[in-house]
Amino acid sequence: MSADSEDILATAAAWRASGEDVAIATVVETWGSSPRPAGSRLVVTASGRMEGSVSGGCIEGAVADAAKQTMQTGTPQLLDFGISDDRAWEVGLACGGKLKVFVEKVG
Amino acid sequence: MTPDLLARLTAARDVKRPVALLTRLDSGAQLLFPDDAVPEALAAEAEAALRADKARNAEQDGAPWFIQPQNPPLRLIVVGAVHIAQALVPMAARLGYAVTVVDPRRAFATEERLGAEVAISSDWPDEAMTALAPDTRTAVVTLTHDPKLDDPALEVALRSPAFYIGCLGSRRTHAKRLERLKEAGLSEAEMSKIHAPVGLDIGAVTAPEIAVSILAQIVAARRGAASETARGPKSDKT
Repeated sequence: MSADSEDILATAAAWRASGEDVAIATVVETWGSSPRPAGSRLVVTASGRMEGSVSGGCIEGAVADAAKQTMQTGTPQLLDFGISDDRAWEVGLACGGKLKVFVEKVG
Repeated sequence: MTPDLLARLTAARDVKRPVALLTRLDSGAQLLFPDDAVPEALAAEAEAALRADKARNAEQDGAPWFIQPQNPPLRLIVVGAVHIAQALVPMAARLGYAVTVVDPRRAFATEERLGAEVAISSDWPDEAMTALAPDTRTAVVTLTHDPKLDDPALEVALRSPAFYIGCLGSRRTHAKRLERLKEAGLSEAEMSKIHAPVGLDIGAVTAPEIAVSILAQIVAARRGAASETARGPKSDKT
């Protein structure tokens, strides 16, 4: 794992210690020309803070929305993004890649 | 992820201990390898993921698992706290390397010149290198231009499993270096591990440019780029 990903966990711990609700999103599988490899992480807070990335910026918004849901329900989610998805234009994976993102609450 | 597991992951990183996080994707259940009791097949996958330093997917009893290795940082050992080292150190740190600069000349090896995030060793290079014990996640670069300092470091580095060894100096300097190392008892195979002249040939002139060329070559070696895998013994084209 890169130092990059490790910093994300430190950030998640620090944000949680400061009293925020925190969720972590992790790329768990990729196909084709996905910009970030499996293992890449994004940490999100209920207040909207974000650090790290799971794509080149294409799907972070959609992942953050799912993360907020997971923070409320406590139920992890496995999200699919790809060109076969009807939401492709919406979430804009312009590279044509596909990926799966696991979203979990810290708590 | 439980706050406890998050704390265990960051604690393992802080003490530079390799661990792997295993997540069952259909339930969110998580295990930490090797600390928790992990089914044998998943433990083998976790070990392989740590070895390859690459996340992977696995199946256990029909359930999908994601295995994420967390290795200690890669290391870069720089011999010679010279001008190029000053450019190289912060760039390497940005790439995720834990950097140690070795230079027994105390006037050179100062925090003021190299920044606070670097570890500094003022021991004689062979002692320093022996203590640092380069492993398969370590790159070594010698920059002093001084055989008294570079050679003892190299004699240790070349017998170590370091994944990259580079030496500053012209082709002429390098030819002389090879003669000395041969006299010191190093084999052709050991000496062929040296990248010299150091760095990819990008026409670098300034210290930061030379640092970029060195780091680009280290990344290529680490990631198994074609330019590196095609590089046989004595095939240095630069």
